[in-house]
Amino acid sequence: MNASPDTSVQALALRREAETAASALPPLLVAAEHLAATVQMGAHGRRRAGTGEEFWQYRPAHSGDEARFVDWRRSGRSDAQYVREREWQLAQSVHLWVDDAASMNFTGAETGRAARAPKSERARVLALALSVLMIRGGERVGLTGVAAPPRPGRAQLMALAALLSAPSGQQDYGTPQVAGVSAQSRAVFLSDFLGDLAPIESALGQLADRGVTGVMLQVLDPDEEAFPYDGRTIFQSMSGALVHETRKASDLRGRYQERLAQRRDALTRLAQSAGWQFSTHHTGDPAQSALLWLYGALGRGQG
Amino acid sequence: MMVLGPIGFTAPWLLLGLVALPLLWLLLRAVPPAPIRRRFPGVALLLGLKDTEVEAARTPWWLLALRLLALAAAIIGFAGPVLNPQRAEPGSGPLLIIADASWASAGNWRVRTERMERALSAAEQAGRRVALISLAEPPVAQPTFSDAKSVTQALPGVLPHPWIGQSFDAATMLPQGNFDTLWLSDGLARPDRSAILSALQGRGAVTVWQSQVPVLALGAARIEDGALVVPARASAPPPSPREVAAIGRDPAGIERELARVPLDFAGKTSADLRFDLPPELRNRITRFEISGLRSAGAVSLTDDAVKRRKVAILSGTRDREGLQLLSPTHYLHEALAPTADLIEGTLDDVLTADPDVIILADMADLPEQSKLRDWVEKGGLLIRFAGPRMANADLTADTLLPVRLRAGGRSIGGAMSWGAPRGLAPFPEDSPFAGLAVPDDVTVKAQVMAEPAPDLVEHTIASLVDGTPLVTRAKLGQGALVLFHVSANAEWSTLPLSVLFPQMLERLAVSARPNAPEVADLAGQTWVPQKLLDGFGRLRDAGAAAGVPGAELAKAVAGPKLQPGIYTADERAVALNALGRDAVLTPATWPATVAVEGATETQETPLKGWLLALALGALLLDILAALALSGKLRGPRAIKTAALVSALVLTGITPPQARAEMSEARAIEAASNVVLAAMPSGDPEVDRVSLAGLTGLSAVLNQRTTVEPSAPMMVDLKNDDLAVYTFIYWPITADQAAPTPLEYAKLNRYLRGGGMILFDTRDADVAGFGEATPTGRRLQALAAPLDIPPLAPIPKDHVLTRTFYLLQDFPGRYDGTIWVEAPPADAARADGMPFRNLNDGVTPVVIGGNDWAEAWAVDASGRPMFPVGRGRTGERQREIANRFGVNLIMHVLTGNYKSDQVHVPALLERLGQ
Repeated sequence: MNASPDTSVQALALRREAETAASALPPLLVAAEHLAATVQMGAHGRRRAGTGEEFWQYRPAHSGDEARFVDWRRSGRSDAQYVREREWQLAQSVHLWVDDAASMNFTGAETGRAARAPKSERARVLALALSVLMIRGGERVGLTGVAAPPRPGRAQLMALAALLSAPSGQQDYGTPQVAGVSAQSRAVFLSDFLGDLAPIESALGQLADRGVTGVMLQVLDPDEEAFPYDGRTIFQSMSGALVHETRKASDLRGRYQERLAQRRDALTRLAQSAGWQFSTHHTGDPAQSALLWLYGALGRGQG
Repeated sequence: MMVLGPIGFTAPWLLLGLVALPLLWLLLRAVPPAPIRRRFPGVALLLGLKDTEVEAARTPWWLLALRLLALAAAIIGFAGPVLNPQRAEPGSGPLLIIADASWASAGNWRVRTERMERALSAAEQAGRRVALISLAEPPVAQPTFSDAKSVTQALPGVLPHPWIGQSFDAATMLPQGNFDTLWLSDGLARPDRSAILSALQGRGAVTVWQSQVPVLALGAARIEDGALVVPARASAPPPSPREVAAIGRDPAGIERELARVPLDFAGKTSADLRFDLPPELRNRITRFEISGLRSAGAVSLTDDAVKRRKVAILSGTRDREGLQLLSPTHYLHEALAPTADLIEGTLDDVLTADPDVIILADMADLPEQSKLRDWVEKGGLLIRFAGPRMANADLTADTLLPVRLRAGGRSIGGAMSWGAPRGLAPFPEDSPFAGLAVPDDVTVKAQVMAEPAPDLVEHTIASLVDGTPLVTRAKLGQGALVLFHVSANAEWSTLPLSVLFPQMLERLAVSARPNAPEVADLAGQTWVPQKLLDGFGRLRDAGAAAGVPGAELAKAVAGPKLQPGIYTADERAVALNALGRDAVLTPATWPATVAVEGATETQETPLKGWLLALALGALLLDILAALALSGKLRGPRAIKTAALVSALVLTGITPPQARAEMSEARAIEAASNVVLAAMPSGDPEVDRVSLAGLTGLSAVLNQRTTVEPSAPMMVDLKNDDLAVYTFIYWPITADQAAPTPLEYAKLNRYLRGGGMILFDTRDADVAGFGEATPTGRRLQALAAPLDIPPLAPIPKDHVLTRTFYLLQDFPGRYDGTIWVEAPPADAARADGMPFRNLNDGVTPVVIGGNDWAEAWAVDASGRPMFPVGRGRTGERQREIANRFGVNLIMHVLTGNYKSDQVHVPALLERLGQ
């Protein structure tokens, strides 16, 4: 071994980083697989003839059909020739956007018996579990943006898990990226939607132009819903950029909840106008219900 | 000191701080409570919202008031407020301070010193000259006034003495001229008090300082009916009861408290305290003390009067029935039985009991000479009496004699002899009998004779008028050999019949002195002090203090020349207490013309502690309030914090619990009928089950036997007199609190008085005799201080098996073995009877783990509360459990009645059937 001390130190550091990075992968994927296992897959054929694996119907052969398409076994039982048609199965492209802004790192109960994971963790698990389900169903799953274009297969899951395990961004509230979303595909937005609505609105507009429909799931901490604070308080956004001071926090509760409801109404209207679906999920609730809703909502939207 | 009404301040300038309070009000009002910073993503939604309530910006007025209260309390507290401050001396001219300085004033000597210091500092400020006289140590020369400063410097040297005031001659011992007087009285009457008072009043104004607290003292302990009785005296009925501790050395030689008895005068001025202790413990006691009282009067030293020696009496002749008066040991028994613990048996047995004294009456040919010799050399006292056997034996091999004896002996005054019976010569000076009067009627008819030898005179401690030795003594190792040359019965001399005989035995430290020593008991010897009491009741080594003649000591009046303490001569010890024999404490009365301070004056009470505690409490509340206001007091943590703070506040102000007594109604209820009682376990559920179990057992007893118990009761160990309970069921829980020493004393008295406790570990006895279960260990810890005899698993023929039902096992919900008092080792089976004659009496405890209460327990409608076993077998087990309960109660109530049937065949035989 002629390796200089420098190179060996570098190799060590590289390996340490690699291990750190790799250690994050399996838990997220395992949690997602675990969550996905709770959802029973259903067939989602297109109910018409096309390219696919499943048998659809026999139809009499007519001119133009190549001889190799004739199903000789069926044809042998009668005088006419039949062609075996398969159900048209079309793989969908699904684009996920998981908000990685700082606001998603909030949790109302960090420690104690009722400790909750931050919203970002719930959102990532949901996104990955949805990916697992989709990929199991033969769909192509990717992220919005250009980092991970939709691909089928389990290898894509590893790539998604790696991307989703990346540390959160620095800005307070996230904006969805719509670049790289192919036309007629599906999109899933997971965010708390507490930031400015304008980017969301424009993103939805752009996607609607491309004929993309999708689902918006608002992930909130129970504390963000209940606002269980009182006394003199200085509220700061997660990055500290936004500050609001109050003398009596309990006094704000009603008006905060009112504003939150308004925000939700606006999001619902926005979703309806773009043909999207919208729902809210709290991190205090089990993730299965949210996953079921996501899966169902995607299924409803198609075909 | 500044005085405002009844309150004075030691540092009044600190009160200026109160001026700052309004300023603080304004400051605190303006500053809102500190905000909490919270990270909250929803802040985007909050932006632009305005607070509607503006008041919350300021601290609420009540919180401000609380803080100001805390601050004010702290300021006033540090200013040193004193309730009823003592005022300075009035008057001018010279000041005479008279202190009684007896033991009676030692209890509150510090207060007295403070009073004197105050008077001295006032005198110093006023430039008055001062003289100080201690009545316990009257001045030898006429005292003169000097400046207050020098008297203040001498003040620490003035200490209370362990005797009462000495006689004081007002004419010669008072200083010249006119002066005011401050008299610190000890509160006891003295004969010349009025004379001194009038002499003082002739010179100027007299102020008397006298404590309101009655003077308490203990007298000399004595033995009455086998118990130690310590008389306590008070100058007036004391308001609160106290306790008296018996202190002595434990077997390791470390001084510790051996017993403790409450001292309650019950409105009278005298009380007798009884210490009912085993002799081993009693002999260890060196003194009694009223606990918490530092005074020589509160200490009672013990001496030989309360020590009982173990004396073994052996004789060579076999006892013959009917010849008691001729028995060689009869007179010894008569003389020693009241004052010593007598041991009988063979020499071997006796030596293992390690007696203090062995008396051999007319024994020659000692069987175990070497062993006996070892015992003497280790400090034993061997006393031998002569007699026909000794006179006729060959004693050359006998080394345990103080002098060599001539064979044969002699008889005087008999039919065949020349002279008349001889009387006793007066005892020589160095003899232990010196000072005893020799009665004329003591005559000696026969004696054994000592071989003449050069050291014979030295060994002789009593002789006849003709000079022949009557009693000889020699040292052997650390012990001594004593030989009475006459027999121990009245055959050879009339000595055993005379009063001299017990006196001589007492002088030899064989028997204890009956009670108070008489002049005759002590006279003729010089008593050397070993330990002396000081005025505060502390025992000190006497060092090289001079001896005291016995006649002086017998007067038992303590004074400068005869300090209270322990005096010894030879082997004997006599205690002299500060409180004289038969002394009565009479309170001092003062004529109306004298201003008595302590009597009306209220006690000076510093309030600093209370105010600072108030400030601290208010600040604690402020913490809670501030937390609540700023929204930090939420959820479970809030409850914890509030509980902690309120516990802190409450512990400070919990009043001491009053001493309660068993209420009369409760006592009557418990005593008027048989009542089964349960010991509280500290676990309400267990207690409920115990009571239900005893209710069930009471119902069974009512139904099947003539025992008809009332409703069961829960023992209140602290207040109840346990004597009213027949039977106590004691379930053990793993975390049960142990009774206090006083309560243990109660329990022991209960067990000695024939009560029974059924200990139930409720653990099915899974690990043998409760070795490993938590309740078993707890039981061991709880029962350790109880007087419990050796225990054994219940033998098959124990009387418990047949007091009502015939039983062989004793199940509750479980079926394990139970433990009772062990049968005596020599219990023998009577002829023709199926069982042995076991313990004579009731076993004081029954220990088991069968959870009987749950097996007995019935609910309000009489149905069993808990299942036992399975099906019919289980019901059978419950029935047996009930039968065990019946047998147990029968055993408590009838004792060994069923065992007495052992004697039936013998009785029938005697009746001729």
